[in-house]
Amino acid sequence: MYVAVKGGERAIDNAHAWLAEERRGDTTVSELSVAQIREQLALAVNRVMAEGSLYDPDLAALAIKQARGDLIEAIFLIRAYRTTLPRLGASLPVKTEEMAVIRRVSATFKDLPGGQILGPTFDYTHRLLDFKLAAEGEVPAAPTAPASTAPVPHVTEFLNREGMIETEPTGDAQPADLTREPMELPANRALRLQAITRGDEGFILSMAYSTQRGYGRTHAFVGELRIGTVAVEMDIPELGFAVEIGEIELTECETVNQFKGSKTVAPQFTRGYGLVFGQTERKAIAMSLVDRSLRWAELGEDYTGAPAQDEEFVLMHADNVQATGFLEHIKLPHYVDFQSELELVRRLRAEVFATQEAAE
Amino acid sequence: MIVHPAPQPTDRKAWMGLLARAKPAHLATLFPQLPPHDFLRAPEIGAVMVRGRIGGTGQPFNLGEMTVTRCALRLGSGTVGHGHVQGRDKAHATRAAVLDALLQTDQAAALQISVLQPLAEGEAQRRATRAAKAAATRVEFFTLVRGEDQ
Repeated sequence: MYVAVKGGERAIDNAHAWLAEERRGDTTVSELSVAQIREQLALAVNRVMAEGSLYDPDLAALAIKQARGDLIEAIFLIRAYRTTLPRLGASLPVKTEEMAVIRRVSATFKDLPGGQILGPTFDYTHRLLDFKLAAEGEVPAAPTAPASTAPVPHVTEFLNREGMIETEPTGDAQPADLTREPMELPANRALRLQAITRGDEGFILSMAYSTQRGYGRTHAFVGELRIGTVAVEMDIPELGFAVEIGEIELTECETVNQFKGSKTVAPQFTRGYGLVFGQTERKAIAMSLVDRSLRWAELGEDYTGAPAQDEEFVLMHADNVQATGFLEHIKLPHYVDFQSELELVRRLRAEVFATQEAAE
Repeated sequence: MIVHPAPQPTDRKAWMGLLARAKPAHLATLFPQLPPHDFLRAPEIGAVMVRGRIGGTGQPFNLGEMTVTRCALRLGSGTVGHGHVQGRDKAHATRAAVLDALLQTDQAAALQISVLQPLAEGEAQRRATRAAKAAATRVEFFTLVRGEDQ
């Protein structure tokens, strides 16, 4: 028998009212504006855009404010919003070789065309709390130097010249889109990259770390890590040509991995690739390690049963909105389900006691 | 009547990009008053799937979406303009479409000076500042002379 139960509306309304009050916090402390979050918590905004899979810094900042800083909740809000938007089309693939870089480092080559540009990085900071930030104060302007207009080519292109690294198969095939069609496994590399770039940073980081510790070994060098802005171009059918519709910030990581060769291929380096919205370098590096790890079959490597080699394990557990939805639903009322469990356990216990009594 | 040559697609491509990348507030200051126009497609907020290439050079893959606002309109003179701009600002898309139309008319020369030039200069300035700050963080390696090498 199913009994419909009503009730709780008043409790829910009051809970939401209290949530709004708690979100605001102490009213003697000035309220955060969305612009302040966008400008001063930019890396949180970037993470919400990357995992929310929608590039819009103002919306991501609003979502962070609404979610009281809970980034997975903010990502959920962005995902929900994006489902309301009509799809106007797809861009041409962005040209990361033309990126206006603010950061570009290589762990494999010291001297390279375009140079090593550190950019606004936490690297080399002492990780000591800076109590000056607790007090308000002016920040001095960052130093400048004459900029070179020379191109900043991808590092892997140098290795390519010697044939030392695999070349990516080129083409313009329409990639599968997991936001339109449910993801089917086995997935191709394009679909895997889409799933990983919007996947949870913590999960992708742990998967990547596990490969470094020996679970599906990928001894990766960061061939190049670059952060900067690229133009987004889209074909406009009414015009008959492509126009730039805007500019976005991206982080790109290319790893270089040893490959001992196979029957048909001489030893050479192979590649792992990471590309993520915003300034998100931990995620981009992790993405490139996980991408490389999932390529074991294509490269004829051994499957050692490592989690990061298991495409289904990685792709089906990377999405934090799906994961949190399923995880957190168990806190919602399951009164009827539990009632049947209760009945079952009572009956089983009764049977056990009856058998015991009969034996005595 | 003076016949104006139709703008080259390359010119139009350049100004549409410049208008799309402009800060909406800056564009509104440079061109506050919109002439009468009829919408062929009312401003609409949507998403565009941004694509990358595997390894930077290979096959395309879907990176994620960005918000875009588009509109199409016709001026009283019959000239049609299109606007496709990043973000969710309908006024920005409308202003970009009006300017796209006007830049195809005899007002182009004046608008080049009053709107496009300041936008291009502002953008160049912004880019140059970031590039100069990045250049200041470029590592200059030097090799220490070691004892045994002397």
